[in-house]
Amino acid sequence: MTPSRAAFAAILGKDLRAELRTLQSLPAMVLFAVTTFVIFRFGLDRTSLSGSLAAGVLWVTVLFAAILGINRLFVTEREEGGFDAIRLAPIDRSALFAAKASALLVYLLALELVVVPVFAVFFLDSAAALPPLALVLLLADLGLAATGTLISSMAVNSRARDLLAPLVLLPLVVPLSIAATGAIEPLLALGGPGYHRFGTWLAVLGLYDLIFLLVGYAVFDFLLED
Amino acid sequence: MYGKGLRPLSIATVAAIVASFSLVFFYAPLDADQGFIQKIFYLHVPLAIVALVGFVIGGVFAIAHLRSGNSRWDAYSYVSIHMSVIFGVAVLITGSIWAKASWGHWWVWDEPTLVSFLIVFLMYATYYPFRYAIEDRDQQARYASVFAIVAGAFVPLNFMAVRMAQSLVHPRVFATANGGLPGSMMLTFLVSLLAIGLLWVTLVKFELTAKSASGQVKRLRRALDAPAPGGRSRVAPEVG
Repeated sequence: MTPSRAAFAAILGKDLRAELRTLQSLPAMVLFAVTTFVIFRFGLDRTSLSGSLAAGVLWVTVLFAAILGINRLFVTEREEGGFDAIRLAPIDRSALFAAKASALLVYLLALELVVVPVFAVFFLDSAAALPPLALVLLLADLGLAATGTLISSMAVNSRARDLLAPLVLLPLVVPLSIAATGAIEPLLALGGPGYHRFGTWLAVLGLYDLIFLLVGYAVFDFLLED
Repeated sequence: MYGKGLRPLSIATVAAIVASFSLVFFYAPLDADQGFIQKIFYLHVPLAIVALVGFVIGGVFAIAHLRSGNSRWDAYSYVSIHMSVIFGVAVLITGSIWAKASWGHWWVWDEPTLVSFLIVFLMYATYYPFRYAIEDRDQQARYASVFAIVAGAFVPLNFMAVRMAQSLVHPRVFATANGGLPGSMMLTFLVSLLAIGLLWVTLVKFELTAKSASGQVKRLRRALDAPAPGGRSRVAPEVG
């Protein structure tokens, strides 16, 4: 194993172990998402959803729940001196970016594993759309993990931490949201899943993921300099 | 140092703006369906193009800053983005007026260029709270550069996604600059683009000069408080 692979595995393992033991982020994200569904049920006054409304409710809920996790992603690094330790260690700094983005991806997938079935039970008539939906969400999560990690690592070192991450992240994920809801909308259409422009939207999601993973990898070094 | 050439540049800008406005009002023909309101095209479109190019230039300066570590490039990047945000406000206002006049609504969601521009504007509007929430000066400059690069990559992606989100392509009322414009309109448009571009460069230069001067004053004040041997002749502009 190369040193940066070992560092990646160590940081990712540390993060997942810490989350498993303290349960700081994930339960809060799940609870937030489920409560948001209930709010939407009364806010929209609908007991079942389909098409663009369903896509919007699902995506907005997942995105806002993700922001809770993104806000907390680097808090321990800052409070317990993890940034200094990474700076001192003779490893590639991008290992931290890769590990943190992977940890965030795991949180998002775990969140959706719970929340999407709940959404289906609450609002959908059938579960036929869930397999292609999982593919869309996986690609969207990858992009969200890349931008979320990048923004979170900067916001945590600022004065207005919790405020800044959502403020900067939301406009940044607008293209991602357009593509994700664009792909989800026909999947959740009334009368069975449709695949109108499905491939195109997946390509946009893939392009977004690729660009921001590369940008994150390229600029992350500069965020750790001191 | 930064004030050098400011006077001829300002004169050229004023001349270009006068020329462009004269062409707009006395030379360019009235549009067949739009009539007089179409003339806002000569202000709105150049402003939008210059603002977007300014955002990209800010990203390029940010790359130069991260590569060289010279805080001068950070000041360039900051001022470019700052000026483009101000131009962006003007783009949204003129676009809104034009939409009201030609489509009857102040805001039209199915015009992808306008919507994309709004999203890009919102993205860059977060540059200020982001930048000034970071106290350490070097860290602030570095983070701001990273922001400028990330946002620079975001601009084309956003235009693509918004355009694709249109379920049916809205009929484009006005052809873009390189297609279908009669020669006299094209000439007027190009002169207007030049004038607005010069205006941007002049304002950027003015702000850099002002920042450099206020940085120099701050340094002199500090030097008065604690006299130190030797002084620096070339003072980089300070953002703050």
